Amino acid sequence: MIAELGHFALIVALMLAILGATVPHYAIFRRDTRLMALSDPFAYGQFFMAATAFGALMYSYIISDFSVLNVAANSHTSKPLLYKISGVWGNHEGSLLLWVLILTLFAAAVAWRGKGLPLRFRSRVLAVQSTLCIGFLMFIIFTSNPFLRLDPAPFEGNGLNPLLQDPGLAFHPPMLYIGYVGLSIAFSFAVAALIEGEVTPLWARWVRPWTLAAWIFLTGGIALGSWWAYYELGWGGWWFWDPVENASFMPWLAATALLHSSIVVEKRDALKSWTILLSIIAFSFSLLGTFLVRSGVLTSVHAFAVDPERGVFILGFLAIVIGGSLALYAWRAPRLTPSGMFGVVSRESALILNNVLLSTFAAVVLVGTLYPLVLEAINGTQITVGPPFFEFAATVLMSPLIVALGFGPLLAWKRGRISRAAQVLIPAAIVGVVTFWLVIWDKAGGIMMTGFGLALAAWLMVSVLMEIAERTKLFKNPKKFLTRLVRLPRATWGMSLAHFGLGVIVLGITVSEAWTSEQLRVMSPGDTAEVAGFEFKLEGVEPIAGPNYTAVRAAFTVTRNGELVAPLYAEDRVFSDPPMPTTEAGIYPLFRGDLYAVIGEYLGDNRWSVRLYFKPFISGIWVGAGLMVLGGIISLSDRSRRIGAPAGRRRSKPKQPAVPVGQTQEG
Amino acid sequence: MTGFKRFIPLLIVLLLGAVFFKSMTDGHNPKEIKSVRIDKPAPVFSLRLLADEKIQATDAILKTGKPVLVNFFASWCAPCRAEHESLMTLAFDKGIPIIGIAYKDDPIKSQRFLDSLGNPFAQVVVDRAGRAGIDWGVTGVPETFLVDGDGIVRYRHWGPIVGDAAIGRVMAAVEDLE
Repeated sequence: MIAELGHFALIVALMLAILGATVPHYAIFRRDTRLMALSDPFAYGQFFMAATAFGALMYSYIISDFSVLNVAANSHTSKPLLYKISGVWGNHEGSLLLWVLILTLFAAAVAWRGKGLPLRFRSRVLAVQSTLCIGFLMFIIFTSNPFLRLDPAPFEGNGLNPLLQDPGLAFHPPMLYIGYVGLSIAFSFAVAALIEGEVTPLWARWVRPWTLAAWIFLTGGIALGSWWAYYELGWGGWWFWDPVENASFMPWLAATALLHSSIVVEKRDALKSWTILLSIIAFSFSLLGTFLVRSGVLTSVHAFAVDPERGVFILGFLAIVIGGSLALYAWRAPRLTPSGMFGVVSRESALILNNVLLSTFAAVVLVGTLYPLVLEAINGTQITVGPPFFEFAATVLMSPLIVALGFGPLLAWKRGRISRAAQVLIPAAIVGVVTFWLVIWDKAGGIMMTGFGLALAAWLMVSVLMEIAERTKLFKNPKKFLTRLVRLPRATWGMSLAHFGLGVIVLGITVSEAWTSEQLRVMSPGDTAEVAGFEFKLEGVEPIAGPNYTAVRAAFTVTRNGELVAPLYAEDRVFSDPPMPTTEAGIYPLFRGDLYAVIGEYLGDNRWSVRLYFKPFISGIWVGAGLMVLGGIISLSDRSRRIGAPAGRRRSKPKQPAVPVGQTQEG
Repeated sequence: MTGFKRFIPLLIVLLLGAVFFKSMTDGHNPKEIKSVRIDKPAPVFSLRLLADEKIQATDAILKTGKPVLVNFFASWCAPCRAEHESLMTLAFDKGIPIIGIAYKDDPIKSQRFLDSLGNPFAQVVVDRAGRAGIDWGVTGVPETFLVDGDGIVRYRHWGPIVGDAAIGRVMAAVEDLE
């Protein structure tokens, strides 16, 4: 009954989406404001119905209703409650339903928070968003219905892939989806603007917080995924340039570029055409990611069960959405004429450089991901594009970005004087160069790249600090430093934190790549092994039992110069439903780096193969990502606090817009 | 953006869409790794017969002047059990000689496997160490190769031959040779 309710709710949602996608356009054609205002209730209705359907599926999972095919195929009574819930989106059908839920949630949020948008524009935006909903709802109802029944119902379900039974992975997909789908708002705004044939600075002001919110979740989701790979997969790595990892990285790059280019639209009324294109591309990358994991055109650890019918359906939908919006763009773009002019050395050109580098990188990742596929389609040759290609591209393209990032925030709008910016940054440059030469001198890492990476990280972090010092006039007038520091707008804090976070990530990657120590050993209880000055002693290996798995647990104690540093527990679990082994690395984060131990095969005679690592400063990768997320949240909170406040005119005006979005009374 | 430039994103997307459509509809399996053995001579081998451990068979048994199928199988391999019926069809209804290579398997168990299900093979050789598997470049069992009368590998079927469509593909490859 509950499942049928969910199924019914999906159909009602589809009806509402069809109404929501058509009525507003008709209303605008007829200039009927009462009819236009209906787009809000259509959006709320779609969200309510999607939430009902999602709730129905979740309920079926929680009570383990195995008469629902989807539950029987992906759940099991012995699973802990958390994984019964996360199992809802751990499969193709459920994850699509989550996708629709978030899509309608964002539409409802635009209806609710977007009262400041002109009614005509808001109903256009909601109509575009409803069109997206139609596609996904039809996809669910016609090819991937999660509410199909199974008769007779089995006693027990198949269970969830044990690799997914992990707290990190319970929240990784929803976060990533909020990020992916959040970009749909930028897309809908862009398409609505193209239909209206007008992009104003106000448009950018409305679209930025939505993009920022999506970016925060995307950043968090990607970081969570790589952290999961690091501690759960047990191979010591954290990013593999797998096609599906790339599929999440490309929207992130595009969203980052969009975040910066829309500043230029808002402040200077320039780069309009490019920003619109970027909004379309960012969401297209999200759709591409969804397509890649479900169509079976590529192999990946992430791929869902493959069904060509679904693949063709979603490809058709993609062709309509992306092809249609780009055709609209080709038609309408000539109308979007820029009005703001700016000099070569200015904040604008720094942001353009940022955009050129970020989007080139996104394009390179796209080429690297799809090149094997295209090549095979053309002449049947099979190749793979591996990490060396992507790492080379990342180094070449991201280094100038980081160098420019040091300058950018200090340049003035329109015309900046590089000399003034340079004065401030000379200390940062010196620190960077000194670090570089110190490392070359010491030959600690033995490689130029390490020195280069460290110099970049140092340059970025110091220049962010220098920029705060400059804004607060720390050196010119230190008396009021604290007052000024406190008065800095939150948007500025957010930007600085996010940029600093990038520096921390670069530092984490460089240091851990260069100085990781690794030992592959065969150990019996009582043996010790030394890794990077730490003594790992295998105390014992014992069997343990979890709720739906059995495991062997190796207990290590780590000492340094005879003093206890930490105990480490590495597990090798064997799940029962479905039967599958997984590793749980034992990790203890120290400030200097992570102690990391993995237990492998039993070799007989009370001997075990173990892998022991010391990974210096690897947590910098996730700490840095955390800082970026925090920076985004702080910047977002600035906007919402300044409800109705006029834009500041002070010199220390925030780089990011001060006027809240969706709260102004224009229109 | 004006002029032709504004159509560039659309053209890229259309092109990509065509590539995706082609790779989804041509029955291509991204997990399948193409064989580098195609159109090259079958690897040299000398392996004992399953039926008699004193007799060594060499790759000469492939050069009979007629197309021969070479099937890697093992008693421990469930998909091999699934494709067994198709091998019987190919051997007895279609009359194609099949050489079986028992891959990394205990000869006693291989024999028991054939005794219980029936033996579609003209000859069975034992590749206990998996050396022949490496030479042939198999990525897993079962895997089936079509070798022409001169000992040249012409076709490789990846995974189990299950269903009429799969048998049809193998037969089409055989008919191409004749």
